[in-house]
Amino acid sequence: MTTKTSIGNLLVANRGEIARRVFRTCRELGIATTAVHSDPDADAPHVREADAAVRLPGAAPADTYLRAELIVRAALTAGADAVHPGYGFLSENAEFAQAVLDAGLVWVGPPPAAIAAMGSKTAAKRLMAAAGVPVLGALAEPTAADLPILVKAAAGGGGRGMRVVRSLADLPGELAAARAEAAKAFGSDEVFCERYLPAGRHVEVQLLADAHGTVRAVGDRDCSLQRRHQKVIEEAPAPGLSAQVRAELHAAAVSAARAIGYVGAGTAEFLLAEDGRFWFLEMNTRLQVEHPVTEAVTGLDLVALQLAVAEGEKLPPEPPATHGHAIEARLYAEGPAKDWQPATGTLHRLELTVPHQQFTGRGIHPDSGLRLDSGVEAGSEITPHYDAMLAKVIAWGPTRAAAARRLADALARARIHGPATNRELLVRALRHPAFLGECLHTGFLAEHGAELTAPDTKGAERAALAAALADAAARRVAAFPSGWRNLPSQPQLKRYRADDGAEFEVRYRLTRTGLRAEDHPDVELVEATPDRVVLREGGLRRTYRVARHGDRVYVDTPAGGSVLTTLPRFPDPTVRTDPGALLAPMPGTVVRTTAAVGDTVTAGQPLLVLEAMKMEHRVTAPADGVLVELCATPGRQVELGTLLAVVKSPQEVEPPRG
Amino acid sequence: MTVLPTRVDPAGPEYAEHRAAMLAKLTDLDAEHAKALAGGGPKYLERHRKRGKLPARERIELLIDPDSPFLELSPLAAWGSDYQVGAALVTGIGVIEGVECVITANDPTVRGGASNPWTLRKALRANEIALHNRLPLVNLVESGGADLPSQKEIFIPGGALFRDLTRLSAAGIPTVAVVFGNSTAGGAYVPGMSDHTVLVKERAKVFLGGPPLVKMATGEEADDESLGGAAMHARTSGLADHFAVDEADALRLARRIVARLDHRKPGPGPDPLAEPPRYDEEELLGIVPGDLKVPFDPREVIARLVDGSDFDEFKPLYGASLATGWARLHGYPVGILANAQGVLFSAESQKAAQFIQLANQRSTPLLFLHNTTGYMVGKDYEQGGIIKHGAMMINAVANSTVPHLSVLMGASYGAGHYGMCGRAYEPRFLFSWPSAKSAVMGPQQLAGVLSIVARQSAAAKGQPYDEDADAAIRAMVEQQIEAESLPVFLSGRLYDDGVIDPRDTRTVLGLCLSAIHNAPVEGARGYGVFRM
Repeated sequence: MTTKTSIGNLLVANRGEIARRVFRTCRELGIATTAVHSDPDADAPHVREADAAVRLPGAAPADTYLRAELIVRAALTAGADAVHPGYGFLSENAEFAQAVLDAGLVWVGPPPAAIAAMGSKTAAKRLMAAAGVPVLGALAEPTAADLPILVKAAAGGGGRGMRVVRSLADLPGELAAARAEAAKAFGSDEVFCERYLPAGRHVEVQLLADAHGTVRAVGDRDCSLQRRHQKVIEEAPAPGLSAQVRAELHAAAVSAARAIGYVGAGTAEFLLAEDGRFWFLEMNTRLQVEHPVTEAVTGLDLVALQLAVAEGEKLPPEPPATHGHAIEARLYAEGPAKDWQPATGTLHRLELTVPHQQFTGRGIHPDSGLRLDSGVEAGSEITPHYDAMLAKVIAWGPTRAAAARRLADALARARIHGPATNRELLVRALRHPAFLGECLHTGFLAEHGAELTAPDTKGAERAALAAALADAAARRVAAFPSGWRNLPSQPQLKRYRADDGAEFEVRYRLTRTGLRAEDHPDVELVEATPDRVVLREGGLRRTYRVARHGDRVYVDTPAGGSVLTTLPRFPDPTVRTDPGALLAPMPGTVVRTTAAVGDTVTAGQPLLVLEAMKMEHRVTAPADGVLVELCATPGRQVELGTLLAVVKSPQEVEPPRG
Repeated sequence: MTVLPTRVDPAGPEYAEHRAAMLAKLTDLDAEHAKALAGGGPKYLERHRKRGKLPARERIELLIDPDSPFLELSPLAAWGSDYQVGAALVTGIGVIEGVECVITANDPTVRGGASNPWTLRKALRANEIALHNRLPLVNLVESGGADLPSQKEIFIPGGALFRDLTRLSAAGIPTVAVVFGNSTAGGAYVPGMSDHTVLVKERAKVFLGGPPLVKMATGEEADDESLGGAAMHARTSGLADHFAVDEADALRLARRIVARLDHRKPGPGPDPLAEPPRYDEEELLGIVPGDLKVPFDPREVIARLVDGSDFDEFKPLYGASLATGWARLHGYPVGILANAQGVLFSAESQKAAQFIQLANQRSTPLLFLHNTTGYMVGKDYEQGGIIKHGAMMINAVANSTVPHLSVLMGASYGAGHYGMCGRAYEPRFLFSWPSAKSAVMGPQQLAGVLSIVARQSAAAKGQPYDEDADAAIRAMVEQQIEAESLPVFLSGRLYDDGVIDPRDTRTVLGLCLSAIHNAPVEGARGYGVFRM
């Protein structure tokens, strides 16, 4: 284990931002890079940035990023001498780690035995309890006194398969559902129950261990802001910990790592109660998504250290000092107000409008204190195949409040054009008094959900006005005044819909003396171009930046962005086929009827068959409706234009009374 | 570049006085336009809406491209007559799917959209604009037919409406009829003669004879739908090319029809990068004096109309009472003739004739800015050949084939109106400012001439002359002629295409030039015999 080796070409068995993150360090270290990719990822940034890439045919993770044997073969084909698993996928799969080692490659991660030891949460709990680390016991026979209860998958991670049960009656059903989900996601249907602490905090300790016996806690993080048990906002260091609790947490984490002979970077996760008691939850035997906050406060490059440890290097003799505070927000393509429903589609733009670093492991942009780690870029397709995380935005500040302010501002100003995102929720959470007051617990987002997702009607109204005016500028014919009339009779009318379903009508005229918008009497138009509108209201001048993609309009301001869908001027003609009388298209004989009077028929449904000129002609319903008249009986001779049937729309048909 | 200088002082008392006078006239004009906009008034508008129908202008607004300009034409038609201002018809030039079209829409709130003699003149003028400028014509039809009490003024000349439709078609200019309601009897030929037809479900009624007439003629019992409904025409007669489920659908279909015309504009579009004038268009309000006896420099107007205020004058020292020269307007080259001192002398006439010929040599459209009291009279001038020279100018104007635009800024009297391309000389478009006046001569002069003639007549007969009666008659005549020289009066009689705010002149002319370039622009190669 202590033999030194040198990595010359690293394959990252992952995709997206973590693959790019690892490649970035490789580039700095002079290590060649190899990517793997599924078919939908063929043009992904992580593939383009790698020196070489190997295709994993298919789209579903089970066909691609979870295929250990394909990835090992890819590494050998590419001439890679080491494999970094990233997070998720095969990162905590001991067999994969072993397969990598068996192929004579360097595995950038802990020994397979250590992964296996932590692979089952139930087994890990027993192991930790034996090592003296406090654990919440798995409940063999939960009783009413244990409620609420958390059901977890033993092989799980990332919150998947977790369920909160508040009534014993629900337990059997939830257990069954959790088993099914666990089997599908992790290949094992083992689940267990433990007590659920709604007011608890999720606190974790970053560990680094080398093959020379050094195990070190290099800082802690709070990841309490979660939705569906998945982290949304993370920070380092965990705020409000007493020196004693911190020391105890770090010691427990180090004990946990030592108990399993851990090597490399890992994270011990704990549930922290309000009174300072804590319990071991699980150990993640890999790099965490939220590792950048630790990098930001320590100045470490955790990936570089992973590689050094894998090469057999010793950790530096001194643990790093920490400076300031860092917060990470995960930008997801999802609708927070729609039960976090994932959103898909083309990402047209993802741009922080303030200077920032990307993927850098040595901290953060010196001016803005910002870092962006993203696996996608303008033009990327957000598909349902993979995680809906678009980016991680990390802000550092000398204090927690400074970091929160910076991050909220950067997110609010960001230009994010594409599927719906949780951006507004992130901004509001970061500015929420409870967050700033360090009232953190895992139920935070649920508790404040309504407030964090309430629609901003005023903002959307202004955005709709700006969108309409930008559109007017784009449509301007030469230098003629927009919408010019010598006899003005009515305003221009444009309609937009926000993603929450609210509709906005904008009525405006651009006159010799400026903007006249009925619903915005105090708003003056300073200037408008297709992508920029400046309005003045009550002496305040504000700029709205506007972008259009298809019928979607994105309006960005320093205070946040709005997404609107342009509503068409005319109803969609394809859904407006008129029901009505069906006349014989040619003379012929009715062969058979295929519907009866009173039937509800759908557009295109055959109603009868007519034979003429040795051909059978199907007469079909012109639209959805009710067949109210059928004047055809088999054998009847009909002339051109004979009434055959009448279909009426459901609204036209009187409902039966009585 | 030759940028025109300006002497207009927006802070000066003259400017303020002129501006106040012009603003007062604009306020009056707005009131007249409001009558046209009001159509049949709130009661009939409400009834119309209750039937689920859109007013004429709302139909147009949905038909044209969002945020595009719409130049309404002849809005004051029927002003001063017994009929509603606007003549129950809206006409104009608008952009549909990027194509400039002439659009007309009956206003059904005004006596069911029935046509009166002024409706007919307005519609014929719209057809003429479509024909001369090769603009597709879209008619939004809902009319109860001829206003029967005035049928004698409509019936016989009214046939031209249908003649025009098929002549447009024969000339390769597309015609579209969208029928929203009644289009019966003669009106049935509007869709009948159009290239493309859209009929609105359960609203359109297109038949030669309605149920009562059919009953009287043949005894047949029939209803509206079976005689002329949209469903019948779409499925049975084939008169309807498109069956629209409602008004919005009809307008959508009309837009699709125009989109599929594959219309190609032979000339250039307006230049989006054209430099605006160096001076504020707002100042056009302060240039024309309230009293037209005071001349003004038309270069001050040109400086506020043309691109970059850039004007290269032709023969500035010769015939100085008429300014001529070259400029661009929204990128379109134009030759401009503008009266500078009111009176046209022999030199001015000869200069104009030469300038018009030059414009025709290079196929450049001409813009006439009127402020003339006519050709000079008097012994010296008659002996100097003012008739011959005026005739040269009128000859050149009449036979010039480049498009002409006329704007009546101030006076447009006598044969000067002809020489400066008045209505009878068929400028493609003619607009008036509220300050304009046009008549055979000034009201005072006309009254004075009548008085002199009467006095001479009395003297010849040896009768005493009643001075009091003379003064009364003079005042009355003066008042009548004054009223009949005003732009709203002339506009009501379709002698112009509209009275415009001076500040809109550049936009109006730019839109007209753009419309004009849908037809080839080519200068004349022959004229009548010039009497030298």
